Amino acid sequence: MINIQEVLETNKMIEQENLDVRTITLGISLLDCMDSDLEALKKNIYQKITETAKDLVATGQAIESQYGIPIVNKRISVTPIALVGGAACRTSEDYVELAKVLDRAAKTAGVNFLGGFSALVSKGMTKSDELLMRAIPEALAQTGRVCSSVNLGSTKTGIDMDAVKLMGEIIKETAELTKDQDSLGCAKLVVFCNAPDDNPFMAGAFHGVTEADAVIHVGVSGPGVVKTALSGVRGENFEVLCETIKKTAFKVTRVGQLVAQEASRRMGIPFGIIDLSLAPTPAVGDSVAEILEEIGLEYAGAPGTTAALALLNDQVKKGGVMASSYVGGLSGAFIPVSEDQGMIDAVQAGALTLEKLEAMTCVCSVGLDMIAIPGDTSPATISGIIADEMAIGMVNQKTTAVRLIPVIGKKVGEMVEFGGLLGYAPIMPVNPCSCEAFINRGGRIPAPIHSFKN
Amino acid sequence: MKKFIITVVGHDTVGIIAKVCTYLAGIQVNILDISQTIVDGYFNMMMIVDAGNVEDVTKMSGGLSALGEEIGVIIRCQHEDIFNMMHRV
Repeated sequence: MINIQEVLETNKMIEQENLDVRTITLGISLLDCMDSDLEALKKNIYQKITETAKDLVATGQAIESQYGIPIVNKRISVTPIALVGGAACRTSEDYVELAKVLDRAAKTAGVNFLGGFSALVSKGMTKSDELLMRAIPEALAQTGRVCSSVNLGSTKTGIDMDAVKLMGEIIKETAELTKDQDSLGCAKLVVFCNAPDDNPFMAGAFHGVTEADAVIHVGVSGPGVVKTALSGVRGENFEVLCETIKKTAFKVTRVGQLVAQEASRRMGIPFGIIDLSLAPTPAVGDSVAEILEEIGLEYAGAPGTTAALALLNDQVKKGGVMASSYVGGLSGAFIPVSEDQGMIDAVQAGALTLEKLEAMTCVCSVGLDMIAIPGDTSPATISGIIADEMAIGMVNQKTTAVRLIPVIGKKVGEMVEFGGLLGYAPIMPVNPCSCEAFINRGGRIPAPIHSFKN
Repeated sequence: MKKFIITVVGHDTVGIIAKVCTYLAGIQVNILDISQTIVDGYFNMMMIVDAGNVEDVTKMSGGLSALGEEIGVIIRCQHEDIFNMMHRV
């Protein structure tokens, strides 16, 4: 039988160490909504989403109450809209109309974000993909809850450099159109290499075509729990360190598994995956950077950071995999800058640079995330940063992503405030040397040799 | 059987257990086990109860947490599965 110490340990994690379930994300296929008539398509999409997700928020709240565990976000992901809208959308304005429908559906369902205003263009863009990508700036400026993502490359296909070039321009345009809100639109836009079909985390969530009609994914969190556990083993060797992370990750993931199973049972929708990611928030004590400090670094970014992050990421996976029946999504440690107080402190102390963050993305689950850069950064430079990150993902057979915010009107050292879970960030310097001729070449980077396994 | 874990945390005062038990008896909840300990000077009590007769669990949780505010302690009520999942393989 459960004893009082175990009960107190769990409740301490929840109350003092910010243990929560970060998101229940309901993936909804919109493939059966397709129509060549735009009005019919809009109606189908709204109906499918609001009908499938009608119990999502209430179910989340009931589970919170039953187990006493906070479920911070209830969200929706949908089939990449470039696939759904291909027959009906003749112009980018048509895609903006679809984004508005998604926004309305998200509002009706009571979710704070809906992901899937997306295109998968890792080998090339269809006309529909390109129209959607060109609609992104307006779509993100005119909606509040819609998130957008574009998959620009994969280990199997190589990198679509035409799309990389275009996305540099699109990110800049999105920043311009939302400059009144510190270019907030870019916080809802992410580009990927090897994007997973079952990612529950925003802004990159979409419901892949390999998925069932509707499915529930759960993203856990718990950097604060890991940090507190590690504070109990200061000075111990790496074996003790790794075992402690692994055991803690197991416990955190078990909570996610429980919530996912219960949500699935209550809604009658199959359980997809648990995403094991350590997802920080701007709250003190809920930071991945603080874990790195606890491991023994003065600041995130100090020499040793990449090694510390590599072991953290690996142990989280090893502990989490056994705790859940299905693991997927991004699963690792997130290192967003604006959403992590320890990262913000590290940037302000001069310990953490864009280049070091790039190195860190080689060993963790995502990429250059929530990084504010000067508003006068050129589209080609943004494309160059994206290309570097895509190459890391392609060669290392892992997911990488870029979510940069060129903050219009702001310069290095100034602060930008996004609010809520998106946090705040100092503007970071970008290498000023040009990569324009490289980006302007056009075409594709071929898939790496080790992708040919057939 | 629908097992819930009720925890009470706060400064020790007269009648905490009596008040919680009276409330539970009023909503037909059977107490299976009680244990308590002092951590950092705070009174910690854990009850394992059978809430099989309770239709609305959210209402029970709300009632207990309101009672806690009245007494000046924190009362939480959670389904046992969250602890089983976390601490048992």
